[in-house]
Amino acid sequence: MCAKQVKKEAQQVETTGHAWDGIEELNNPLPRWWVWVFYACIAWGIWYTIAYPAWPLLTQATQGYLGSDMREDVAAEIKRFDDANADIKAKLVAAPLTSIATDDTLKQFAVSAGASVFKNNCAQCHGSGAAGVQGKGYPNLTDNDWLWGGDVEAIHTTVSHGIRNTNDPDARYSEMPKFGLDGLLDEAQITQVVEYVLQLSGQEHDATLAAAGQTLFVDNCAACHTETGAGDRTQGAPALNDAIWLYGGDRETVTATVQGARYGVMPSWAGRLSEDEIRAVAAYVHSLGGGE
Amino acid sequence: MSFLDKHKAIETHATLLLVLSFLVVTIGGLVQIVPLFYIENTIEKVEGVRPYTPLELAGREIYIREGCYGCHSQMIRPMRDEVERYGHYSLAAESMYDHPFQWGSKRTGPDLARVGGRYSDSWHVDHMIDPQSVVPESVMPKYSFMMNNVIDGEYIADSMSVNAIVGVPYTDDMITEAKADFAAQADPNADTAGLTARYGDKVVVSNFDGQAELTEMDAIIAYLQVLGTMVDFSTFTPDPTR
Repeated sequence: MCAKQVKKEAQQVETTGHAWDGIEELNNPLPRWWVWVFYACIAWGIWYTIAYPAWPLLTQATQGYLGSDMREDVAAEIKRFDDANADIKAKLVAAPLTSIATDDTLKQFAVSAGASVFKNNCAQCHGSGAAGVQGKGYPNLTDNDWLWGGDVEAIHTTVSHGIRNTNDPDARYSEMPKFGLDGLLDEAQITQVVEYVLQLSGQEHDATLAAAGQTLFVDNCAACHTETGAGDRTQGAPALNDAIWLYGGDRETVTATVQGARYGVMPSWAGRLSEDEIRAVAAYVHSLGGGE
Repeated sequence: MSFLDKHKAIETHATLLLVLSFLVVTIGGLVQIVPLFYIENTIEKVEGVRPYTPLELAGREIYIREGCYGCHSQMIRPMRDEVERYGHYSLAAESMYDHPFQWGSKRTGPDLARVGGRYSDSWHVDHMIDPQSVVPESVMPKYSFMMNNVIDGEYIADSMSVNAIVGVPYTDDMITEAKADFAAQADPNADTAGLTARYGDKVVVSNFDGQAELTEMDAIIAYLQVLGTMVDFSTFTPDPTR
């Protein structure tokens, strides 16, 4: 746009008659395309109020000629996908859990469906690769060290009911005593038992303290963690004789654990996920490498 | 048209322009707002929705103070992808006691309308202190200071009274016992008979932050853990025509 052209046009266009300090207001018509778009919008607006719920009447708003309803739409959409997978989902729910891994089509469906369930619901704690969060109490699901059992049935139970939550009566439950905070062991005893745990897990330790700690361990800890420190899956007691730790295996962290105990909670998923989703995610976790 | 010729009279009389503009806006406002108060399909009665407990209300105020709504919505839209990811779509009644509601429209983080019960309390503590420690992909800032801000609910009764003025059914009993309920919900050893009598058995009582003191962390987690848990969708089916 050069200034010259504007000047030339200015002489041809009528003015609104408004003039200030010698500057005149031109009365250019709106571009035709713009005017038609404007009219089209008005026409579309009228059509819209007829086609969709719009005008408020006495008890209800008009329902709209098209009868469109978001709630019905989403229900129909979900049903369409459910129906498409209905056969294989029914098969997944009916099949014994242990047979999923041996049935190729079922396994393929369960593992890929389970992976998406996992990413949406489980990854926040167990990590997007299921490796957990080291030292924070979120267990690694890709190894063969399991707290409550690593066969597909045990995984299914854990996912369904969770661990130590308050809203599912069937949740897995066990509670480690707070040996320090509740005064069950004094500080010297805790030092001894911690040294024994370090010995069990093959770490550097004070042999004399550990020897004294052994009796304390047998009396206080072995009921759940067993005398060898191998742990007990029926009580979710972790193995203490390996290098895998939930909250950390150094002297300081083990002392803190004996002092104040740990109370890892996992939510129950039975109300949130459907049975086929729970089975799929159990099959997925089972397939990650540590499944028994 | 003679009517349009009068336009100049309106444009050149400020008072007349003001009065007529006001009339137009009033009509528009009435048409939009008034039907909401009487039309049946804008009001859906839903069982289970209750006012927030004092601790949850405090958590909600921290949520607003920290601008959580800037990245998190609380509104699951009726679309398949949202329903499959977050759970049942949100109902208007679920935020009927929110003043103001936290629906939002910005999702840098996930929707939180049904985050309640989805994660453990200690996950929320870890996540608030350092979000990347549990979700490495997260861009959420750290809120570790909440662990140190001890609160005692000094003004929570006032906050409840104000909410009562705008229609939240807080009873006098709830308001007088506010401070006691506030402390009781964060203490698993406390006598919670009064709290559950006033707010229902489903109230989650827990030492949310795992510390002896009652901090802002307790309040925010109490609030997050109740979000979307009030309506039991296993027994309630929304009317599709609503």
